[in-house]
Amino acid sequence: MTRVAILRYPGTWSERDFAHALSLVDGVEAEIQWHEDANLRGFDAAIVPGGFSYGDYLRAGAIAKLSPGTKELRRFASEGGAILGSCNGFQILCEAGLLPGALIRNADLAYRSDWVRIRVETAETPFTIGLRGAVLRMPIGNGEGCWVADPETHARVEADGQVVVRYVDERGVVTADANPNGSLANIAGVTNETGNVVGLMPHPERCVEALLGGTDGYRMLANLAGARHGTAPALYR
Amino acid sequence: MRFVARVLVRPKAEVRDPQGEAVFAALRSLGHDVSEVRTGKEIVVTFDARDDAAAREAAGRMGDQLLANPVIESYAVEVEREAATEVAEERALRPEA
Repeated sequence: MTRVAILRYPGTWSERDFAHALSLVDGVEAEIQWHEDANLRGFDAAIVPGGFSYGDYLRAGAIAKLSPGTKELRRFASEGGAILGSCNGFQILCEAGLLPGALIRNADLAYRSDWVRIRVETAETPFTIGLRGAVLRMPIGNGEGCWVADPETHARVEADGQVVVRYVDERGVVTADANPNGSLANIAGVTNETGNVVGLMPHPERCVEALLGGTDGYRMLANLAGARHGTAPALYR
Repeated sequence: MRFVARVLVRPKAEVRDPQGEAVFAALRSLGHDVSEVRTGKEIVVTFDARDDAAAREAAGRMGDQLLANPVIESYAVEVEREAATEVAEERALRPEA
């Protein structure tokens, strides 16, 4: 049985959706943890869900990065634990320095609530095994989803295969029109140097059943059934 | 000793500033012949420190640790002693200090 912890910060809103989504995956047992009491010992993976932690005050994720839960995530990440941050969770992981780059206000200033298509660029993460090249349809809901980085960081992320997903059109092609927020090089999600920490703006937990309008999120989350704590990050990269 | 730090946080020059662009368009629509608008924020922090050097050092750490994200923002700090009159008033209220 794979044990997955779902972290809840004040203002997190997607933790129950993740718990429901993971309840559909055979071999996975999920538990929601309050950030102040987070304890990832004995867990195989951790999820940082979306929402508006601490009201997005100062910057999205800026206050959450100081929480005991984030400290525990840092420890877990250094041990090679699998971590997935979605939406605000992605923002928190970037603020915490666990992922490269930062997320700023969408280029058109609008909050985007929509369905997008993303192309999986690497299979070398715990969440994308077997999905390289797949075009997935997922919902987004964010006002600060524009991923940016300085030119050196962006070049390194591209060269080292740290781009996990990119916004594409229905043919799977990267176009400006397919980019909902002005993200650099249509980047929708990245991983760290060791491949065990992944962040993405779309919401895989919101598309796990036909009733929800799509099941591509399940394809990503089902990978967690194989996650085991202590698995060398090299397995993913 | 009481100090006031004014921390000015700005998006780095190479980072897009969509808010600035929106304000730019709005000012143009009002007929102002502006060529660029950049936005930022001011964070005013009141705190106690031993002396000016310690206050500046503390304000710098606040900026590095939390107030600005070095990936996308730069910041400038101005540190001043709290206005003398306010300090005098405070002393008058607490003569034992």
